[in-house]
Amino acid sequence: MADTNLPLTERAVEKGRWQRFRESDFFHAFKRSPVAIVSFAVVSVLVLSAIFAPLITSTNPFDPSTLNLMNGFTPPMEPNAFTGQQFLMGTDDQGRDVFATILYGMRISLFVGASAVLFAMILGIVLGLISGYFGGWTETIIMRIADVQLTFPSILVAMLIFGIAKGITPVEYRDQMAIWVLILAIGLSDWVQFARVVRGATLVEKGKDYVAAARLIGRNPWAIMIKHILPNALSPVLVIATISLALAIIAEATLSFLGVGAPPTQPSLGTLIRIGQGFLFSGEWWILFFPACTLLALALSVNLLGDWLRDALNPRLR
Amino acid sequence: MSTYVTVKGLTRVFDVSKPWLNRVLEGRKKALLTAVSKVDFQIEEQMTYALVGESGSGKSTIGRMLVGLLQPTEGDVEIGGVNLTRETDPDRIASVRSNIQMIFQDPYASLNPRWRIRDIIAEPVASKGGDTKGLAERLLEQVGLHPSDAGKYPHEFSGGQRQRICIARALASEPRLIVCDEPTSALDVSVQAQVLNLMSDLKDKFGLTYLLITHDLTVVRHMADRIGVLYLGRLMEEADPKTLFEMPKHPYTQMLLDAAPHLDGFGREVPPPQGEIPDPLNPPPGCAFHPRCPIATDICRQQRPEMRPLGNGLVACHHAQ
Amino acid sequence: MTVPVLSLRNLTVEIPSRHGVVRPVDSLSYDIGNGEILGVVGESGAGKSMAGSAIIGLLNPPAHIAGGEIWLNGTRIDTMGREQMRRIRGKEIGMVFQDPLTSLNPLLTIGDQLVETMLTHLPISRSQAQHRAIDALKEVGIPGAKERIDSYPHEFSGGMRQRVVIALALCAEPSLVIADEPTTALDVSVQAQIIALLKRLCRERGTTIMLITHDMGVIAEAADRVAVMYAGRLAELGPVRDVLTQPQHHYTHGLMASTPLAAQGQKRLHQIPGSMPRLDRMPEGCAFHPRCPNAKEKCRHETKPSMEGGRAACWYPVSAEAVA
Repeated sequence: MADTNLPLTERAVEKGRWQRFRESDFFHAFKRSPVAIVSFAVVSVLVLSAIFAPLITSTNPFDPSTLNLMNGFTPPMEPNAFTGQQFLMGTDDQGRDVFATILYGMRISLFVGASAVLFAMILGIVLGLISGYFGGWTETIIMRIADVQLTFPSILVAMLIFGIAKGITPVEYRDQMAIWVLILAIGLSDWVQFARVVRGATLVEKGKDYVAAARLIGRNPWAIMIKHILPNALSPVLVIATISLALAIIAEATLSFLGVGAPPTQPSLGTLIRIGQGFLFSGEWWILFFPACTLLALALSVNLLGDWLRDALNPRLR
Repeated sequence: MSTYVTVKGLTRVFDVSKPWLNRVLEGRKKALLTAVSKVDFQIEEQMTYALVGESGSGKSTIGRMLVGLLQPTEGDVEIGGVNLTRETDPDRIASVRSNIQMIFQDPYASLNPRWRIRDIIAEPVASKGGDTKGLAERLLEQVGLHPSDAGKYPHEFSGGQRQRICIARALASEPRLIVCDEPTSALDVSVQAQVLNLMSDLKDKFGLTYLLITHDLTVVRHMADRIGVLYLGRLMEEADPKTLFEMPKHPYTQMLLDAAPHLDGFGREVPPPQGEIPDPLNPPPGCAFHPRCPIATDICRQQRPEMRPLGNGLVACHHAQ
Repeated sequence: MTVPVLSLRNLTVEIPSRHGVVRPVDSLSYDIGNGEILGVVGESGAGKSMAGSAIIGLLNPPAHIAGGEIWLNGTRIDTMGREQMRRIRGKEIGMVFQDPLTSLNPLLTIGDQLVETMLTHLPISRSQAQHRAIDALKEVGIPGAKERIDSYPHEFSGGMRQRVVIALALCAEPSLVIADEPTTALDVSVQAQIIALLKRLCRERGTTIMLITHDMGVIAEAADRVAVMYAGRLAELGPVRDVLTQPQHHYTHGLMASTPLAAQGQKRLHQIPGSMPRLDRMPEGCAFHPRCPNAKEKCRHETKPSMEGGRAACWYPVSAEAVA
């Protein structure tokens, strides 16, 4: 052919994923946003310290053998009157190190939050893809259920699911099951926005010619949905997942605070706050103050990160 | 020479009515849009058949019915001796379908932005479990790109280069018929020339048959062996390019050729065509063109003309001579 | 010599980006005389629309005019403030864009939009304006203008909408109309109607038109002179018949040869190798030299600054090469 020797494109070596990421507009925007960098740093520090909690504190607050009741109600950074031990954030009524309980509490909060979002995300993506791609009655049924669910406050839905689950699980398993029920409850109250966003993106992508090309090759609908449409619908999902994570952590804390969430044997940040508020007026402020601050920092920085992500991934705002 | 594609009485009706509840509340009837109405044509093997028409003429709908993206409401599509609308054996249908490929208008929407070029081009073969080793590189070279481009993503290419990639993908499954839906409408003139030349070269090299769908008369004249002119979903005239451009028989074809800007028409002052394309939801009775036709008579308003042979071509007009 | 209606002197538009500054319009100079239709052609990315936006002061930031001058009827307008420019748009310069929907307000009837525009720019009363609005619609060939004046833009077809936009552009009787791809979104038969309409109205009123398009056929039929742009620069400027039939710049020559009409009876079309350079990777010297069949050492290093001694910004123009 006459034109095969034309210098049509640059002869570049294939770029790796990491290099492409470092040269992307996305990374460039990140480098230039102080809010993004700070909130990313805060989230990283909190998540890492939750994961490596056993390495950071020597005491496991939930191992009764390490507890010393004499250490109870030690104020922060003051030596205990009986034992002379000192604690960064003080201790609670049973002599547990508040700093350690926060690290371990954050583990549960993050685990519940992330699992709930993951569950909601998978459910939402599947239902959103199906209703967007197939349309018709499938779409009508799924989206009507979503509409109905949106008319209830999600915390109410979560409490409802929690109540039902509690009623049907035997008493002896209740504490073990509590965490999983919590994940199910928060996840089920949160899938709607994933489904809506994915359905919207699917409707847009479905009309594009690359989907038509895949159809006329003879690919089946599932392959088209998962391999072609889903990768192009993931950006908004990522944004919503981040913002949902903040909301899920708060929802978990709220449920735990109300006493329908994590049991005292496996306290999350919300449980710690509930326990702590009982001591607020007797002067032991630190038992409430430090868990509350941690929850605030975690939820706020995740939320700010989500906000920034939404702006950075939305080409219209750039 | 044998006939590869036969289309008979092809009709497609779209239901464009509002949702059921709105219809009931507003007391409206179902709205049916006939995009394609009783179209007949044949494509000879290794020929380029072109469908021209303005927007709403149903040309893209015909293309999509041929490749199987849309189902005809009525009529038959026979490709390679298999009647795709009547055939019940899924294996026979699949084997015919694998001989048909398509090139789309918008080179920015027809490549998945998250896939590497290698995977895009090899997909038709990979999805059938075929051997794709070196396939993308070989095809890239054939369409005038460099084999090392296989590792890149679509956004790294210009419109013309993307269209070459689309052509490479279409060639991957070694098709016999390629439906080209406005393949160069989104491209600049100098790039259009490159893509059209490539299409001609590949046709000779692989013995391809093209169905070329476009509104651009200059492209049609250059590329086609046989041309069908569509208006409001109906075939108006069919002939070879020389006959059609030098002695158009149908008043619509004449109007279209007059209206198209001429490169040598310096300061040309012709009375512009009258009227606009009618609402396809409510097409005129009889001949669809009669409200704008200078030679229309009563019969045109009442009776739809059939395609009849005239000179070297076919024409659907009561009065054409 | 009379003052040209529009005069560009070394107009340069720059866009700062993280990869450096790019110049979508680079040292553009031309005049448009009274009552003339100047066609501006070029492929996508040639900077033809960007130049139009710069003239009417509607560049999208961060794009900005980085140098040069724009003169309208002897007044310099590129240094004017936002408020002054707003008065000039509509009054002195009318605009017709590719997509008629974006230039019409969907929430107002077309009559209201015409009346508002006239009241803003002309010293007339509301009832006078109403009469003139109906006349304007009649003039652009909208049937039943009196009844349709209270219709909303979406009630018109594409072609009729573009007629309304033309009526809107001309109602304040501007001296210059910038038409940016006015027929690209329209069908062939409607395109012919719109072009004929533009030509007739401007002849009757003596309005000057800057017709921006990529369609050589439209230029041939409508324009008096043509400016061919390539990669933000002027490649060739001259009377339309001369430029199209005897192009001097190798780009114009290649462009004309690659249109399918020119290749009547040939199996292959002439093709210009490669593609237009990206703005952030502009070659040194003449922007066209990597694709030019006749590029010599000088072309690789020096840009021909003006059109002196010919119509084309080319060191070795086509006709000279034929003589040699």
